[in-house]
Amino acid sequence: MAQNNTHLAEFLLRMGDNALILGHRTSEWCGHAPVLEEDIALANTALDLIGQTQLWLTYAAEVMGDGKTADDLAFLRDVWDFRNLLLVELPNGDFGHTLMRQFLFDAYQSIHLPRLVRSTDPRVAEIAEKASKEASYHVERSADTVVGLGDGTEESHNRMQAALDRLWPYVGEMFATDPVDAAMAEAGIAPDPASLRTEYDALVGRVLAEATLTVPESTFAHKGGRTGQTHTEHLGHLLTQMQWLQRAYPGATW
Amino acid sequence: MVIKGHRSTAGGSEAPAHGGGWALPGLSPGASALPSIEQVWSWLHAIPDPEIPVISLTDLGVIRDVAYEDETLIVTVTPTYSGCPATSIINLDIETALRDHGVSDLKLRSQLSPAWTTDWMTDQGRAKLKAYGIAPPTPSGRPGNCPNCNAEDVEKISQFGSTPCKSLWRCKSCLEPFDHFKCI
Repeated sequence: MAQNNTHLAEFLLRMGDNALILGHRTSEWCGHAPVLEEDIALANTALDLIGQTQLWLTYAAEVMGDGKTADDLAFLRDVWDFRNLLLVELPNGDFGHTLMRQFLFDAYQSIHLPRLVRSTDPRVAEIAEKASKEASYHVERSADTVVGLGDGTEESHNRMQAALDRLWPYVGEMFATDPVDAAMAEAGIAPDPASLRTEYDALVGRVLAEATLTVPESTFAHKGGRTGQTHTEHLGHLLTQMQWLQRAYPGATW
Repeated sequence: MVIKGHRSTAGGSEAPAHGGGWALPGLSPGASALPSIEQVWSWLHAIPDPEIPVISLTDLGVIRDVAYEDETLIVTVTPTYSGCPATSIINLDIETALRDHGVSDLKLRSQLSPAWTTDWMTDQGRAKLKAYGIAPPTPSGRPGNCPNCNAEDVEKISQFGSTPCKSLWRCKSCLEPFDHFKCI
């Protein structure tokens, strides 16, 4: 692969892996959510994310050009090959924790994807056009739920604040620019993530204030997921479930 | 196997009333072996949506183009939602229907952009949805009125319903819950 294709493939893996890993995490709620409507909503959100995964990873596989498919990338890679944000691989915790994580991610997507619609890469632009419609619907719901629970009972408020305190150190990784991002920005394929931070803080700040929640002051950020340098121990456990069939029956198809 | 023109009323298609038992629907004996674009559209009009069978795929607006490239019939389809499980069934149903009508040189093409919007749903499709009990998509993004009793006092129960394309609402007048086709 030429150097610019290596960067593009890396960028596409990051997009696809975020959607895949969060999609899988969200699907773990299927049959377990507190009420039926929320169960259906989480399953539908997972479905959208897995659909987006298919689009991103199909393109990633094409760019990598070594004959792999989106399925190969999803099911035949190990932890160190994944390029998702640490945020999305964290365990679900309680329902409020899951929705807080969803909101923090949806808010990012709702800003990032519309920028990608203007990408100089037509494939990236058309996938983003499709996915951004879904992301704007997702953030509407996750923001509403964060407000409802944050500004709810004392119990729900405390749980949402605890979720925010736990998850906030994972937000900074979304905006940490590295050479891949720099190459994408230079080629006009994707925006420099750091340039999205102001808009993100405004959106998240507005919703969290309405939810009567306090944004932690620390700017410390856990990093290493999207570069693949250091994932949390949770991703390996997730893969043992998600990839179970291919690990137990290599090459199985239907 | 004798392939009969079982949709003899379809627009433009001649009825193989006599010895035309071998004639494929939509093709006049001795003429070009390719059915007309109009004929193909009329076959597509008859394919129901797999999850909401009261409307057809053309009502839904997911079929973006029908054209020939040389002798190959190209049907361009766009997904409603990127993860909608009905997408592969829709493709299968299109392929099955067209092959049943005798189209052998066929290719389905997926198109993401412009992204599907409920603006492409036909008026006929909206009317059929409402008659079926599903509030059709509206520009305001919320159901205009209850599909059961027409009252306007409705409330949202959940942003997601039984399929990715629907949300769940309740009528505060007749108290019936109902699906609303999400507006995107």
